[in-house]
Amino acid sequence: MSLLATQLINLFAAAILLLAFAMISQRRILSLIHLFTLQGIALVAATAVVGYVTRQPHLYLSAGLTFLLKVILIPLLLHRVIKRLDVRWDVEALINVPTTMLIGIVLVIFAFNLAQPIARLSLSIAGGTLGIALACVLLSFMMMIIRSKAVPQVIGFLSMENGLFFAATSATYGMPMVVELGIALDVLVGILILGVFMFQIREQFDSLDIRHLEKLKDS
Amino acid sequence: MEALLLVLAIPLVGSAVLAFTGHRDFARDVNVAFSLGTFLAACALTARIVSGGPLLALDDAFFIDPLNVFLVTLTAFVGLTTSIFSRPYMRVEQDHGKMTPARLRLYHSMYQLFSFTMLMALTTNNMGLLWVAMEAATLATVLLVSVYRTAASLEAAWKYFILCGVGIALALFGTVLLYMAAEKVLGSEGGALLWTRLDTVKARLDPNIITLAFAFLFIGYGTKVGLVPLHNWLPDAHAEGPTPVSAVLSGLLLNVAMYAVLRCKVLTDGALGNALAGRLLMGFGLISVVVAAFFLSRQKDVKRMFAYSSIEHMGLIAFAFGLGGPIANFAGLLHMTVHSLVKSAIFFAVGHATQKAGTQVMADIRGLIKVSPTVGWGMMLGSLAILGMPPFGVFASEFLILTTAMREQPWATPFLLLALGVAFASVFGRVLPMVFGETSVKPLAHSPALLPVFLHLGLGLMLGLYVPPYLVGWYTQAARMLGG
Repeated sequence: MSLLATQLINLFAAAILLLAFAMISQRRILSLIHLFTLQGIALVAATAVVGYVTRQPHLYLSAGLTFLLKVILIPLLLHRVIKRLDVRWDVEALINVPTTMLIGIVLVIFAFNLAQPIARLSLSIAGGTLGIALACVLLSFMMMIIRSKAVPQVIGFLSMENGLFFAATSATYGMPMVVELGIALDVLVGILILGVFMFQIREQFDSLDIRHLEKLKDS
Repeated sequence: MEALLLVLAIPLVGSAVLAFTGHRDFARDVNVAFSLGTFLAACALTARIVSGGPLLALDDAFFIDPLNVFLVTLTAFVGLTTSIFSRPYMRVEQDHGKMTPARLRLYHSMYQLFSFTMLMALTTNNMGLLWVAMEAATLATVLLVSVYRTAASLEAAWKYFILCGVGIALALFGTVLLYMAAEKVLGSEGGALLWTRLDTVKARLDPNIITLAFAFLFIGYGTKVGLVPLHNWLPDAHAEGPTPVSAVLSGLLLNVAMYAVLRCKVLTDGALGNALAGRLLMGFGLISVVVAAFFLSRQKDVKRMFAYSSIEHMGLIAFAFGLGGPIANFAGLLHMTVHSLVKSAIFFAVGHATQKAGTQVMADIRGLIKVSPTVGWGMMLGSLAILGMPPFGVFASEFLILTTAMREQPWATPFLLLALGVAFASVFGRVLPMVFGETSVKPLAHSPALLPVFLHLGLGLMLGLYVPPYLVGWYTQAARMLGG
């Protein structure tokens, strides 16, 4: 395997992580969707390079699938949702940006530590990127916690899916095709349901603020 | 083989048929018919496994052994009885204007799809497809929970989706790690996620990776099992969705999630050669039992209370499997069966009771026995059964779990006994005035379907007095496979 390819994969991995950071600090929903699309592109590129290096044709297929789903279909759906709901300039976060960033850095260090014993053992070229994938998952997780609006929560959810997908490609050259198709289908159906949900929540509460959804408590 | 295909095909076709025909008056009967078909196919499959031993079908894509065949039958059975229960229930809901034809169409179609995803999760041999099926089951039930479109049901469904979505995403990460470990031993020529193949090479899987993989798989599927502290979605989803959905969520989905955890546990035990998986199950199980018992005592909503009771019992089951060994595993499997039967019976009775009273608040439901003795008795007997009164089956399994715990982990028994005591006092103290006393409830236009309630309670009673030999055979084989 060429040095260039490894460098390329590392580059895309870094881009994915950087975009995850950008997402947790971004407050505008429209920019958030753009960042998500960019992350999708980086993911597709990384998958394609891994596919080229390892000569695993099914990785091209999964790269194509990701492109279709994460770069075209889902951003398109999200754009339509925010246009119909008119929430483009929402500014909200439960914690301020510097604190978020600091917590994010701690999470990344934690993820790298967790993945280190495994990365050393991994035979695959991109084994070292497992830490990055795990960091992305944790960062998206945090994004879902600190955001109080429905759309950013959903984007956080999708970004987590990106991190998982990256873990699958980089650590194992992709899961078996049937599993990957199943996952793609679940993601697609999930996002459709969430879209429907957002309209229902809006209809019910006249807002997409998740803080309305805190009525059910154990009393 | 044909039976297996039928088990999977009937609910899938049923879902499509019910979605395309739209809501007609006969849709609820069609729903029952498809559930009956699934149940008969499951019986045929069971007969085939009993006579011919474990079955690998379709290029090893499906694997049926004593562990999952009993869950397949249970799932198909409770699916059938719940569909019978939902006929009069949904008619009343329609009269009350809570269900429109469009919602009924969604409900019936998703009901069948949900059955399909659960059966798929149980029968597949592929750990990746197991994940896909579990996620699909979440998606199908999210729509069922939010079917009333009220503020509370939307909140419950959103919480359910996000929490279980995150949980199940972590399980996917665990699956990726599992594949990573397996690929080194089995190669990437497919097959590295097939459970049967993993089982044969489990001792050679890398322990470092498997430890991390199990942690993620456990958190992920544990969220769906409803183990504390990942249980937040469960009471809301149970309380706000339609009651038939609460019955299948509690009686079936939690079992299927537990099944996924067990499959992972077997691999982890083999790879690590230590008791890590068992300890985790035991610890989280014990916390769930205790926390749920105390939350239970603070509930005002009847469905929420029984949802917490489900968390408690799933905790007990997790604890039993964590203990491991032939007796505790046997008790765990028995407890899964009786809990599923009794809890769904309770939800059936509760469903009729809340419809009669027009509320789910326990303080407003009084004197059921005067208006409808059968519903009242069903609820009373069901509560006694779930609280572990002899001679019901829950008593037998709890007794086995407790005695094993006393022998192997004596420190845990005071906690378990305390939790069971608290649960008993709070549930019994609340159900008693609901059943007896002065009445405030009105009779309903459609007579309730009480056959499922008493059928389930009867089976629960039978399992407490006498477990048929072939069932003992299954349980023993499955318990041996689970090891520990």
